[in-house]
Amino acid sequence: MNAAVFSAVVFAASTLAGFLGALTGLGGGVIVTPVLALLLGVDLHYAMGASLVSVIATSSGAAAAYVREGFSNIRAGMFLEIATTLGAVAGAHLTTAVPTSVLAIIFGAVLLYSAWNTFRKPSEGPGAISPDPLAVRLRLDGSEPGPSGRVHYHVTRVKAGFSLMFGAGLLSGLLGIGSGAMKVIAMDQVMKIPFKASTTTSNFMIGVTAAASAGIYLRRGYIEPGLAMPVMLGVLSGSLAGARLLPGTRTRALRLVFAAVVGLLAVEMIYNGIFGGLS
Amino acid sequence: MTDERLEQIIANLLRAGVALSAAVVAAGGVWYLASSGATVADYGQFHPEVRGPGSLGTLPGPLALIQTGLLLLIATPVVRVIFALVGFALERDRIYVGITLGVLMVLAYSILIAWL
Repeated sequence: MNAAVFSAVVFAASTLAGFLGALTGLGGGVIVTPVLALLLGVDLHYAMGASLVSVIATSSGAAAAYVREGFSNIRAGMFLEIATTLGAVAGAHLTTAVPTSVLAIIFGAVLLYSAWNTFRKPSEGPGAISPDPLAVRLRLDGSEPGPSGRVHYHVTRVKAGFSLMFGAGLLSGLLGIGSGAMKVIAMDQVMKIPFKASTTTSNFMIGVTAAASAGIYLRRGYIEPGLAMPVMLGVLSGSLAGARLLPGTRTRALRLVFAAVVGLLAVEMIYNGIFGGLS
Repeated sequence: MTDERLEQIIANLLRAGVALSAAVVAAGGVWYLASSGATVADYGQFHPEVRGPGSLGTLPGPLALIQTGLLLLIATPVVRVIFALVGFALERDRIYVGITLGVLMVLAYSILIAWL
Protein backbone atom coordinates (compact mmCIF):
# COMPACT_ATOMS: atom_id res chain seq x y z
CA MET A 1 0.00 0.00 0.00
CA ASN A 2 1.53 3.35 -0.94
CA ALA A 3 1.58 6.27 1.48
CA ALA A 4 -1.28 8.17 -0.23
CA VAL A 5 -3.73 5.23 -0.13
CA PHE A 6 -2.60 4.27 3.37
CA SER A 7 -3.20 7.83 4.59
CA ALA A 8 -6.67 7.89 3.01
CA VAL A 9 -7.66 4.60 4.73
CA VAL A 10 -6.35 5.78 8.11
CA PHE A 11 -8.08 9.15 7.64
CA ALA A 12 -11.45 7.45 7.02
CA ALA A 13 -11.18 5.14 10.05
CA SER A 14 -10.04 8.06 12.20
CA THR A 15 -13.01 10.19 11.14
CA LEU A 16 -15.35 7.49 12.45
CA ALA A 17 -13.27 7.20 15.63
CA GLY A 18 -13.42 10.95 16.25
CA PHE A 19 -17.16 11.05 15.58
CA LEU A 20 -17.96 8.25 18.05
CA GLY A 21 -15.36 9.48 20.53
CA ALA A 22 -16.82 12.98 20.67
CA LEU A 23 -20.38 11.69 21.12
CA THR A 24 -19.53 9.23 23.86
CA GLY A 25 -16.70 10.94 25.77
CA LEU A 26 -14.50 7.88 25.21
CA GLY A 27 -11.82 9.33 22.94
CA GLY A 28 -10.87 7.74 19.63
CA GLY A 29 -8.45 5.05 20.78
CA VAL A 30 -11.11 2.32 20.93
CA ILE A 31 -11.31 2.35 17.12
CA VAL A 32 -7.88 3.68 16.09
CA THR A 33 -5.74 1.13 17.94
CA PRO A 34 -7.33 -2.09 16.59
CA VAL A 35 -7.70 -0.70 13.04
CA LEU A 36 -4.00 0.20 12.90
CA ALA A 37 -2.60 -2.80 14.78
CA LEU A 38 -4.88 -5.60 13.59
CA LEU A 39 -6.03 -4.51 10.11
CA LEU A 40 -3.07 -2.47 8.84
CA GLY A 41 -0.20 -4.29 10.56
CA VAL A 42 1.17 -1.21 12.29
CA ASP A 43 3.68 -1.81 15.08
CA LEU A 44 2.03 -1.66 18.54
CA HIS A 45 4.18 1.20 19.77
CA TYR A 46 3.16 3.37 16.82
CA ALA A 47 -0.50 2.33 17.23
CA MET A 48 -0.38 3.43 20.89
CA GLY A 49 1.20 6.75 19.90
CA ALA A 50 -1.46 7.31 17.24
CA SER A 51 -4.14 6.43 19.79
CA LEU A 52 -2.79 9.08 22.18
CA VAL A 53 -2.85 11.67 19.38
CA SER A 54 -6.44 10.66 18.58
CA VAL A 55 -7.53 11.11 22.21
CA ILE A 56 -6.09 14.64 22.42
CA ALA A 57 -7.55 15.55 19.01
CA THR A 58 -11.01 14.28 20.03
CA SER A 59 -10.86 16.11 23.33
CA SER A 60 -9.62 19.45 22.04
CA GLY A 61 -11.65 19.36 18.81
CA ALA A 62 -14.95 18.51 20.45
CA ALA A 63 -14.49 20.44 23.67
CA ALA A 64 -14.36 23.82 21.95
CA ALA A 65 -17.85 23.17 20.61
CA TYR A 66 -19.12 21.58 23.83
CA VAL A 67 -18.01 24.35 26.17
CA ARG A 68 -19.76 26.81 23.92
CA GLU A 69 -22.89 24.67 24.12
CA GLY A 70 -22.53 24.75 27.89
CA PHE A 71 -22.80 21.02 28.61
CA SER A 72 -19.50 20.27 30.31
CA ASN A 73 -18.95 20.89 34.02
CA ILE A 74 -15.49 22.50 34.26
CA ARG A 75 -15.35 22.48 38.07
CA ALA A 76 -16.25 18.82 38.33
CA GLY A 77 -13.80 18.01 35.52
CA MET A 78 -10.92 19.88 37.14
CA PHE A 79 -11.61 18.45 40.61
CA LEU A 80 -11.81 14.87 39.34
CA GLU A 81 -8.79 15.42 37.10
CA ILE A 82 -6.58 15.47 40.21
CA ALA A 83 -7.56 11.89 40.97
CA THR A 84 -7.18 10.77 37.35
CA THR A 85 -3.75 12.27 36.67
CA LEU A 86 -2.39 11.03 40.02
CA GLY A 87 -3.75 7.58 39.20
CA ALA A 88 -2.22 7.70 35.71
CA VAL A 89 1.22 8.60 37.06
CA ALA A 90 0.99 5.84 39.68
CA GLY A 91 -0.16 3.35 37.05
CA ALA A 92 2.69 4.22 34.68
CA HIS A 93 5.17 3.45 37.48
CA LEU A 94 3.46 0.17 38.37
CA THR A 95 3.44 -1.40 34.90
CA THR A 96 6.34 -3.71 35.67
CA ALA A 97 4.95 -4.80 39.06
CA VAL A 98 1.40 -5.79 38.06
CA PRO A 99 0.29 -8.70 35.82
CA THR A 100 -1.45 -6.54 33.20
CA SER A 101 -2.98 -9.48 31.32
CA VAL A 102 -5.07 -10.57 34.33
CA LEU A 103 -5.97 -6.93 34.98
CA ALA A 104 -7.11 -6.46 31.37
CA ILE A 105 -9.46 -9.45 31.61
CA ILE A 106 -10.95 -8.24 34.92
CA PHE A 107 -11.33 -4.69 33.59
CA GLY A 108 -12.95 -6.03 30.42
CA ALA A 109 -15.51 -7.92 32.51
CA VAL A 110 -16.25 -4.79 34.57
CA LEU A 111 -16.76 -2.81 31.36
CA LEU A 112 -19.13 -5.42 29.94
CA TYR A 113 -21.22 -5.18 33.11
CA SER A 114 -21.17 -1.36 32.99
CA ALA A 115 -22.18 -1.36 29.31
CA TRP A 116 -25.14 -3.54 30.23
CA ASN A 117 -26.07 -1.15 33.08
CA THR A 118 -25.89 1.87 30.78
CA PHE A 119 -27.98 0.05 28.20
CA ARG A 120 -30.85 -0.98 30.48
CA LYS A 121 -30.98 2.19 32.59
CA PRO A 122 -34.28 4.08 32.25
CA SER A 123 -34.25 7.78 31.41
CA GLU A 124 -33.06 9.91 34.32
CA GLY A 125 -35.28 12.28 36.23
CA PRO A 126 -33.68 15.38 37.79
CA GLY A 127 -34.63 16.53 41.25
CA ALA A 128 -34.80 13.10 42.84
CA ILE A 129 -31.21 13.31 44.11
CA SER A 130 -30.36 14.86 47.47
CA PRO A 131 -27.30 17.13 47.25
CA ASP A 132 -23.99 15.91 48.69
CA PRO A 133 -22.64 18.48 51.22
CA LEU A 134 -19.17 18.04 49.71
CA ALA A 135 -20.56 18.78 46.24
CA VAL A 136 -22.13 21.97 47.55
CA ARG A 137 -18.91 23.01 49.25
CA LEU A 138 -16.91 22.36 46.06
CA ARG A 139 -19.60 24.01 43.89
CA LEU A 140 -19.84 20.90 41.72
CA ASP A 141 -23.57 21.21 41.10
CA GLY A 142 -24.12 22.41 37.55
CA SER A 143 -26.59 23.08 34.81
CA GLU A 144 -26.99 22.09 31.18
CA PRO A 145 -29.08 23.38 28.27
CA GLY A 146 -32.60 21.92 28.22
CA PRO A 147 -35.61 22.31 25.94
CA SER A 148 -36.73 25.39 27.93
CA GLY A 149 -33.68 27.12 29.40
CA ARG A 150 -30.93 25.66 31.56
CA VAL A 151 -31.70 22.66 33.74
CA HIS A 152 -29.90 22.58 37.11
CA TYR A 153 -28.69 19.31 38.58
CA HIS A 154 -27.09 18.07 41.80
CA VAL A 155 -23.97 15.94 42.09
CA THR A 156 -23.85 13.15 44.65
CA ARG A 157 -21.40 10.58 46.14
CA VAL A 158 -18.39 12.79 45.49
CA LYS A 159 -15.94 10.63 47.48
CA ALA A 160 -16.93 7.42 45.70
CA GLY A 161 -16.65 9.19 42.33
CA PHE A 162 -13.25 10.62 43.21
CA SER A 163 -11.96 7.16 44.21
CA LEU A 164 -13.26 5.65 40.97
CA MET A 165 -11.49 8.40 39.00
CA PHE A 166 -8.22 7.45 40.69
CA GLY A 167 -8.92 3.86 39.61
CA ALA A 168 -9.67 5.07 36.06
CA GLY A 169 -6.32 6.88 35.90
CA LEU A 170 -4.49 3.89 37.39
CA LEU A 171 -5.97 1.57 34.77
CA SER A 172 -5.20 3.93 31.89
CA GLY A 173 -1.61 4.21 33.11
CA LEU A 174 -1.34 0.43 33.44
CA LEU A 175 -3.24 -0.70 30.34
CA GLY A 176 -2.89 2.26 27.97
CA ILE A 177 -6.57 2.52 27.01
CA GLY A 178 -9.95 2.69 28.66
CA SER A 179 -9.91 5.63 31.05
CA GLY A 180 -12.67 7.54 29.23
CA ALA A 181 -15.12 4.69 29.79
CA MET A 182 -14.48 4.62 33.55
CA LYS A 183 -14.83 8.40 33.73
CA VAL A 184 -18.22 8.49 32.07
CA ILE A 185 -19.45 5.52 34.10
CA ALA A 186 -18.30 7.08 37.40
CA MET A 187 -19.95 10.43 36.64
CA ASP A 188 -23.15 8.98 35.19
CA GLN A 189 -23.83 5.94 37.39
CA VAL A 190 -22.18 6.93 40.70
CA MET A 191 -22.26 10.72 40.88
CA LYS A 192 -25.58 11.01 39.00
CA ILE A 193 -24.35 13.76 36.66
CA PRO A 194 -26.68 13.91 33.60
CA PHE A 195 -25.45 11.75 30.72
CA LYS A 196 -24.54 14.51 28.26
CA ALA A 197 -22.76 16.48 30.98
CA SER A 198 -20.89 13.26 31.90
CA THR A 199 -19.71 12.50 28.36
CA THR A 200 -18.67 16.09 27.61
CA THR A 201 -16.90 16.53 30.95
CA SER A 202 -15.10 13.25 30.27
CA ASN A 203 -14.07 14.72 26.92
CA PHE A 204 -12.44 17.63 28.74
CA MET A 205 -10.67 15.28 31.13
CA ILE A 206 -9.28 12.69 28.69
CA GLY A 207 -7.32 15.40 26.86
CA VAL A 208 -5.59 16.49 30.06
CA THR A 209 -4.91 12.89 31.12
CA ALA A 210 -3.49 12.08 27.67
CA ALA A 211 -1.28 15.18 27.73
CA ALA A 212 0.17 13.82 30.98
CA SER A 213 1.33 10.70 29.09
CA ALA A 214 2.43 12.55 25.94
CA GLY A 215 5.87 13.40 27.31
CA ILE A 216 6.81 9.78 27.88
CA TYR A 217 5.33 8.66 24.53
CA LEU A 218 7.36 11.30 22.67
CA ARG A 219 10.50 10.34 24.53
CA ARG A 220 10.06 6.67 23.68
CA GLY A 221 9.45 7.53 20.01
CA TYR A 222 5.86 6.15 19.85
CA ILE A 223 4.58 9.14 17.86
CA GLU A 224 5.40 8.71 14.18
CA PRO A 225 4.53 11.91 12.23
CA GLY A 226 3.64 10.25 8.90
CA LEU A 227 1.18 7.94 10.64
CA ALA A 228 -0.17 10.49 13.14
CA MET A 229 -0.95 13.01 10.36
CA PRO A 230 -4.04 11.25 8.86
CA VAL A 231 -5.10 10.13 12.36
CA MET A 232 -5.09 13.66 13.73
CA LEU A 233 -6.82 15.28 10.74
CA GLY A 234 -9.45 12.50 10.50
CA VAL A 235 -10.22 12.49 14.21
CA LEU A 236 -10.51 16.28 14.29
CA SER A 237 -13.06 16.41 11.47
CA GLY A 238 -15.02 13.48 12.96
CA SER A 239 -15.08 15.00 16.42
CA LEU A 240 -16.31 18.35 15.10
CA ALA A 241 -19.20 16.54 13.37
CA GLY A 242 -19.97 14.55 16.54
CA ALA A 243 -19.93 17.68 18.67
CA ARG A 244 -22.34 19.44 16.30
CA LEU A 245 -24.71 16.50 16.44
CA LEU A 246 -24.66 16.05 20.22
CA PRO A 247 -27.04 18.80 21.46
CA GLY A 248 -29.93 17.50 19.33
CA THR A 249 -29.32 13.81 20.02
CA ARG A 250 -31.73 12.02 22.36
CA THR A 251 -30.05 10.84 25.56
CA ARG A 252 -31.49 7.35 25.10
CA ALA A 253 -29.88 7.01 21.67
CA LEU A 254 -26.60 8.32 23.08
CA ARG A 255 -26.70 5.70 25.84
CA LEU A 256 -27.13 2.94 23.24
CA VAL A 257 -24.13 4.17 21.23
CA PHE A 258 -22.10 4.45 24.43
CA ALA A 259 -23.04 0.92 25.53
CA ALA A 260 -22.08 -0.46 22.10
CA VAL A 261 -18.67 1.28 22.05
CA VAL A 262 -17.90 0.28 25.65
CA GLY A 263 -18.90 -3.29 24.79
CA LEU A 264 -16.42 -3.20 21.89
CA LEU A 265 -13.76 -1.81 24.22
CA ALA A 266 -14.47 -4.60 26.74
CA VAL A 267 -13.99 -7.25 24.04
CA GLU A 268 -10.70 -5.56 23.03
CA MET A 269 -9.48 -5.58 26.63
CA ILE A 270 -10.32 -9.27 27.13
CA TYR A 271 -8.72 -10.11 23.78
CA ASN A 272 -5.57 -8.25 24.87
CA GLY A 273 -5.54 -10.02 28.20
CA ILE A 274 -5.76 -13.45 26.62
CA PHE A 275 -3.56 -12.98 23.55
CA GLY A 276 -1.24 -10.30 24.95
CA GLY A 277 -2.00 -8.28 21.82
CA LEU A 278 -2.73 -4.61 21.61
CA SER A 279 -1.38 -2.84 24.63
CA MET B 1 -16.10 37.44 35.65
CA THR B 2 -18.78 34.76 35.36
CA ASP B 3 -18.30 31.08 34.61
CA GLU B 4 -19.95 31.48 31.23
CA ARG B 5 -17.71 34.36 30.19
CA LEU B 6 -14.71 32.28 31.31
CA GLU B 7 -15.92 29.26 29.34
CA GLN B 8 -16.38 31.45 26.27
CA ILE B 9 -12.77 32.67 26.47
CA ILE B 10 -11.43 29.14 27.01
CA ALA B 11 -13.49 27.89 24.04
CA ASN B 12 -12.19 30.63 21.72
CA LEU B 13 -8.60 30.02 22.75
CA LEU B 14 -9.02 26.30 22.25
CA ARG B 15 -10.49 26.80 18.77
CA ALA B 16 -7.58 28.99 17.74
CA GLY B 17 -5.05 26.46 19.04
CA VAL B 18 -6.73 23.50 17.37
CA ALA B 19 -7.15 25.39 14.08
CA LEU B 20 -3.48 26.39 14.09
CA SER B 21 -2.24 22.87 14.85
CA ALA B 22 -4.57 21.38 12.20
CA ALA B 23 -3.36 23.89 9.60
CA VAL B 24 0.29 23.08 10.34
CA VAL B 25 -0.30 19.29 10.23
CA ALA B 26 -2.37 19.64 7.02
CA ALA B 27 0.36 21.70 5.35
CA GLY B 28 2.95 19.12 6.39
CA GLY B 29 0.65 16.34 5.18
CA VAL B 30 0.21 17.85 1.72
CA TRP B 31 3.97 18.36 1.46
CA TYR B 32 4.63 14.79 2.68
CA LEU B 33 2.16 13.19 0.24
CA ALA B 34 3.42 15.35 -2.64
CA SER B 35 7.03 14.32 -2.00
CA SER B 36 6.62 10.67 -0.94
CA GLY B 37 2.96 9.75 -1.49
CA ALA B 38 3.93 7.00 -3.94
CA THR B 39 6.40 5.27 -1.62
CA VAL B 40 5.32 2.23 0.36
CA ALA B 41 3.90 3.04 3.80
CA ASP B 42 5.26 0.47 6.23
CA TYR B 43 4.97 0.96 9.98
CA GLY B 44 5.41 -2.71 10.86
CA GLN B 45 8.85 -2.11 12.37
CA PHE B 46 9.46 0.11 15.38
CA HIS B 47 12.32 2.59 14.96
CA PRO B 48 12.68 4.22 18.37
CA GLU B 49 15.43 6.57 17.21
CA VAL B 50 12.83 9.11 15.97
CA ARG B 51 11.89 10.97 19.13
CA GLY B 52 9.91 14.03 20.13
CA PRO B 53 11.11 17.60 19.77
CA GLY B 54 14.74 16.46 19.75
CA SER B 55 14.16 14.81 16.35
CA LEU B 56 12.77 17.98 14.72
CA GLY B 57 16.20 18.86 13.40
CA THR B 58 16.91 15.41 11.94
CA LEU B 59 13.50 14.56 10.41
CA PRO B 60 12.84 15.31 6.72
CA GLY B 61 11.08 18.68 6.22
CA PRO B 62 7.48 17.45 5.75
CA LEU B 63 7.63 15.16 8.79
CA ALA B 64 9.23 17.86 10.94
CA LEU B 65 6.38 20.21 10.00
CA ILE B 66 3.78 17.56 10.95
CA GLN B 67 5.58 16.92 14.23
CA THR B 68 5.49 20.66 15.00
CA GLY B 69 1.72 20.67 14.49
CA LEU B 70 1.37 17.59 16.73
CA LEU B 71 3.34 19.31 19.49
CA LEU B 72 0.98 22.29 19.21
CA LEU B 73 -1.97 19.91 19.54
CA ILE B 74 -0.45 18.20 22.59
CA ALA B 75 0.04 21.62 24.18
CA THR B 76 -3.65 22.60 23.89
CA PRO B 77 -4.92 20.67 26.95
CA VAL B 78 -2.07 22.08 29.05
CA VAL B 79 -2.92 25.62 27.93
CA ARG B 80 -6.57 24.95 28.79
CA VAL B 81 -5.62 24.08 32.35
CA ILE B 82 -3.49 27.23 32.61
CA PHE B 83 -6.39 29.34 31.33
CA ALA B 84 -8.79 27.77 33.78
CA LEU B 85 -6.30 28.64 36.52
CA VAL B 86 -6.27 32.28 35.42
CA GLY B 87 -10.06 32.29 35.28
CA PHE B 88 -10.47 30.86 38.78
CA ALA B 89 -7.91 33.38 40.08
CA LEU B 90 -9.91 36.24 38.53
CA GLU B 91 -13.03 34.87 40.24
CA ARG B 92 -11.05 34.72 43.50
CA ASP B 93 -12.11 31.11 43.89
CA ARG B 94 -9.32 29.91 46.20
CA ILE B 95 -10.42 26.27 46.35
CA TYR B 96 -10.32 25.92 42.56
CA VAL B 97 -7.08 27.84 42.18
CA GLY B 98 -5.60 25.21 44.53
CA ILE B 99 -7.21 22.30 42.68
CA THR B 100 -6.10 23.57 39.26
CA LEU B 101 -2.56 24.19 40.54
CA GLY B 102 -2.54 20.59 41.75
CA VAL B 103 -3.50 19.33 38.27
CA LEU B 104 -0.83 21.55 36.68
CA MET B 105 1.82 20.22 39.06
CA VAL B 106 1.02 16.61 38.23
CA LEU B 107 1.10 17.51 34.51
CA ALA B 108 4.44 19.28 34.92
CA TYR B 109 5.83 16.29 36.84
CA SER B 110 4.82 13.74 34.21
CA ILE B 111 6.07 15.90 31.33
CA LEU B 112 9.35 16.71 33.06
CA ILE B 113 10.07 13.15 34.14
CA ALA B 114 9.71 12.10 30.51
CA TRP B 115 12.57 14.38 29.50
CA LEU B 116 14.92 13.62 32.39
